[in-house]
Amino acid sequence: MFNSEKALPELERAYVNLMMGVVGRGLVSTSQNDETVRREISAFPAGYVFQMVVMPSGPAFSAEVQADGTLRLLKEFQGKPDLAVRFKHMSHAFLVLSFQEGTARAFANDRMYVDGDVSHAIRMVRCLSRMEVLILPKIVAERAVKRYPAISLGEKAGLAARIYARVALNFVKGE
Amino acid sequence: MAKSYYEFFCPVKVIAGHKALEHIPFELSTLQSTRPMVITDKGVVAVGLLKHVEAAFAGAESVIAAVFDDVPPDSSMQTVRSAAAMYRANNCDAIVAVGGGSVIDTCKAVNILVSEGGDDLMRFSGAHNLKRPLKPLFVVPTTAGTGSETTMVAVISDTEKGVKVPFTSYFLMPNAAILDPRMTLTLPPHITAMTGMDAMTHAVESFTCLAANAISDAYATAAIRKISENLLKVMDNPADADARLELAQASTMAGIAFSNAMVGMVHSLGHSVGAVCHLPHGLCMNLFLPYVLEYNMDVNGDRIGELLLPLAGADVYATTPKHERAQKAISTLRTLRDELYERCKLPRTLKETGKVQESQLEQIADLTLNDGSIVFNPKEADRDEVLAVLRAAWA
Repeated sequence: MFNSEKALPELERAYVNLMMGVVGRGLVSTSQNDETVRREISAFPAGYVFQMVVMPSGPAFSAEVQADGTLRLLKEFQGKPDLAVRFKHMSHAFLVLSFQEGTARAFANDRMYVDGDVSHAIRMVRCLSRMEVLILPKIVAERAVKRYPAISLGEKAGLAARIYARVALNFVKGE
Repeated sequence: MAKSYYEFFCPVKVIAGHKALEHIPFELSTLQSTRPMVITDKGVVAVGLLKHVEAAFAGAESVIAAVFDDVPPDSSMQTVRSAAAMYRANNCDAIVAVGGGSVIDTCKAVNILVSEGGDDLMRFSGAHNLKRPLKPLFVVPTTAGTGSETTMVAVISDTEKGVKVPFTSYFLMPNAAILDPRMTLTLPPHITAMTGMDAMTHAVESFTCLAANAISDAYATAAIRKISENLLKVMDNPADADARLELAQASTMAGIAFSNAMVGMVHSLGHSVGAVCHLPHGLCMNLFLPYVLEYNMDVNGDRIGELLLPLAGADVYATTPKHERAQKAISTLRTLRDELYERCKLPRTLKETGKVQESQLEQIADLTLNDGSIVFNPKEADRDEVLAVLRAAWA
């Protein structure tokens, strides 16, 4: 018999696992294709490591700032990141990564906390928001960000195509 | 709309009222402390406030094992290490903070070292890196504004690296806050005004920003009412101990509210102007409060409108149509600022401070966008919008 009590957490975990990969790769790809995000990332020193993780031990992704202002995903990162955004529970990560709760609202609801310089976290949240605006349909992105910005369909479609292409390539290459 | 989820936490015992200081020895004894250390600053000692604390201990035949009175306005790692060394040399077993924000933050950091051992504070920097309760910490605020006596945060300057290091942990929260009107009775008018507006801003922002919740709302509105009813009273009669006590309670209540519901863009702007132009925090709050509320009004005007009741009282609230209440609440705050300006020349605009250059506004805007509190502001703000608020607050 189907046991929803057991199955739902497993489904949430699978979804969050997948989305961590998408968000991590999406952020990397956005940093390579979007000037706004690249400018934000450039403010961090090369070698700076950002991590998003579900407590106690994942899923997670870690990304390192490169000298040219882009990000690179780190596989199996075991060190202490310079900045970590930690979800307190898988269900909280699910709420955010399924865009039922926006990032700012999730912070306000104590779903996650920052370990590191809070001003750096604010910068990273702006990058995540920009990525969400670029790659998600407007109706979904509006739920994820505090305010959907003025962006032309042409600009969005062009950048989204390049970001998705890079994400897909990275998935295929296992990066 | 009710908040779908929230947390509220305040384990700080509040000991408030006349002769509250005299309760400290007993309260320490319940925690098995017999050798408390007082940490304070030279200013507190110079105006004789420490004598009230010493007298309270002497009257109970209790001892203060050591007094460290060398906390600077911006506390540093070195100060923390020096105070911790004195604590250990005198076999102390509790800390009593007597002072404002810097003293309180210093005490929280000293408590980390004397409880965990060693001199490496950085091991515990960041969020939730303490895993067990610390030594007893009592706080006696000497201003009515910061609310630090109820928060789980301490910020200490690393002067060698030129950075401010934050520490966040539930275990940093003091065991008790002692609010005794004698400790704020001698505050000069402009400090009373600044710190009062600091507390007012804590309450207003905690009520109007994204993390507001049912319980923090209760503290916030009660604090606003107390400040509205007592700040000018104290300005006109600084020796009014009852009104001073009301302000001290309001500050603590606002502290409880904002430590659970956070703050928004008034603080983002205030932190940035403070960093660039070295203006006191309370003054910065006074500068920006009405302008940020005006900026936010189209997103949360209903919440701002609710504040008219504690700000102006039942008669004004009842006779103001619902759609006008937000604007009326803001104009009530503007009137309060005008009254304070009349009494102590507390600046209302950036220009009036005489310490901000118009050419600095862009730098202030850049810092504001990266301030941690901006994420809780109900309305998104980009660089141009932040600059617009700064220009509105200019003159």
